[in-house]
Amino acid sequence: MPALGADMEAGTLVEWLAKPGDRVKSGDVIAVVETQKGAIEVEIFQDGVVSSILVPVGERVPVGTVLAQIDGAAGAAAPCAEAVAVAAKPAPTAPPVETPQPSPVVAPQGQRMKVTPAARRRAAALNLDLASILKGTGVEGSIRLADLEAASGPKMPPPPVKRGLDLSEMRKAIAAAVSRSKREIPHYYLTETVDLQAASAWLEHFNAEKPPVDRILPAVLFLKAAALALRGQPKLNGAYENGVFTPSSDIHIGWAVSLRGGGLIAPAILDVDKKSLAQLMAAMRDLVERARRGNLRSSELTSSTITVTSVGDRGAETVTGIIYPPQVAIVGFGRMVARPWTVEGGIESRPLVTLSLAADHRVTDGHIGGLYLAAIARLLQEPEKL
Amino acid sequence: MTDAEIRALILDLIGEIAPEADLAVVRDQDDLREVFDLDSMDFANLVVAIHDRLKVNIPEADYNKLFTLAGAIAYLRDALAKSSSE
Repeated sequence: MPALGADMEAGTLVEWLAKPGDRVKSGDVIAVVETQKGAIEVEIFQDGVVSSILVPVGERVPVGTVLAQIDGAAGAAAPCAEAVAVAAKPAPTAPPVETPQPSPVVAPQGQRMKVTPAARRRAAALNLDLASILKGTGVEGSIRLADLEAASGPKMPPPPVKRGLDLSEMRKAIAAAVSRSKREIPHYYLTETVDLQAASAWLEHFNAEKPPVDRILPAVLFLKAAALALRGQPKLNGAYENGVFTPSSDIHIGWAVSLRGGGLIAPAILDVDKKSLAQLMAAMRDLVERARRGNLRSSELTSSTITVTSVGDRGAETVTGIIYPPQVAIVGFGRMVARPWTVEGGIESRPLVTLSLAADHRVTDGHIGGLYLAAIARLLQEPEKL
Repeated sequence: MTDAEIRALILDLIGEIAPEADLAVVRDQDDLREVFDLDSMDFANLVVAIHDRLKVNIPEADYNKLFTLAGAIAYLRDALAKSSSE
């Protein structure tokens, strides 16, 4: 059972996507576990053949429990301890949640069936075979709760659990994670007001020439600028564990996604500094959709080296974040607002954003943080170079 | 396409983007973003979906005209009429 959050102690196995005898390769999703942050797809990080399933569907087990045994590519059975299909790195938030005992779901013709977490739980509670539902009406044909209701008719009893994620459980997970962060990490906070005139004008021109699907959001510029600026401040990018800070050579940004109705999750977008704006928009679109649908992968919850949050056009003017341990910094972008701004001795109305940094005083001081924010602000003055 | 059909289509597309949304609660003058808790990405996805279904290319500058059902219906009715007369 992978540790999918700094405070996660256990999780419930809700679905196996591989069976004994199946050949698997690194990166394959082989199981789904239920946590306080919803259903998470568990990837495997070695090639081989599944020799045995050790945890049945519906069982709640502690973090570190061996879920399955994989015979190595050479054919010899690997020891249990090396055969766990888990993401071993610790990550932000997400202890387990009690769920009704689900029944196994088997995807037709070896293909993974797309099912929302609510539908999956409901089907399990009803002992309903999802394969009997011919077509889902959700995103990319995913099976939704409404599809179950349509398929099962009026006999369906009231739902045993809330629709979608269990937000009260997620709230507990968030509370545990931020409490630990505030208790253990000596935060310092900095803010910087950034003129977005150049970025807004460039983006308007860029998007005007594109069909809707190829347009990008201001948040993509923020994300890329935050990543590129990080190259000059490696002490803000990495993990602090057991009294030691280890910088990361990769820039994997946890992108904070708010869930409708409450809740927050920050899965990683990998190698942000190396991706184009179009690639980042696609990655962000995919991640947000899967976060809300409950189809995140375990590695996406364990690989972030820093977090960025942007509140968008309906959020507050300023946001100062709480660091996700073991990370050492979180960057915030508030809502873009039009305000008077001094330009070459005169006053103009300019689109502004308040940029913030919360960072770990055990690793850096405000001087480093200030340089980092100034670098982001500079990069946003030349959006064409992002 | 009638106004009722446009309305049904918009709500259907929102239902795809926000499957947990209770589509019955919205009134024509309500801000869709508020009622259904749609963020910038959701709204961008709604514009993409409308483009896919109706072949109406909505410029970014016009996004605010679609923040309510009434506004969206009027905008798309005009855009469809314009495209059919071309």
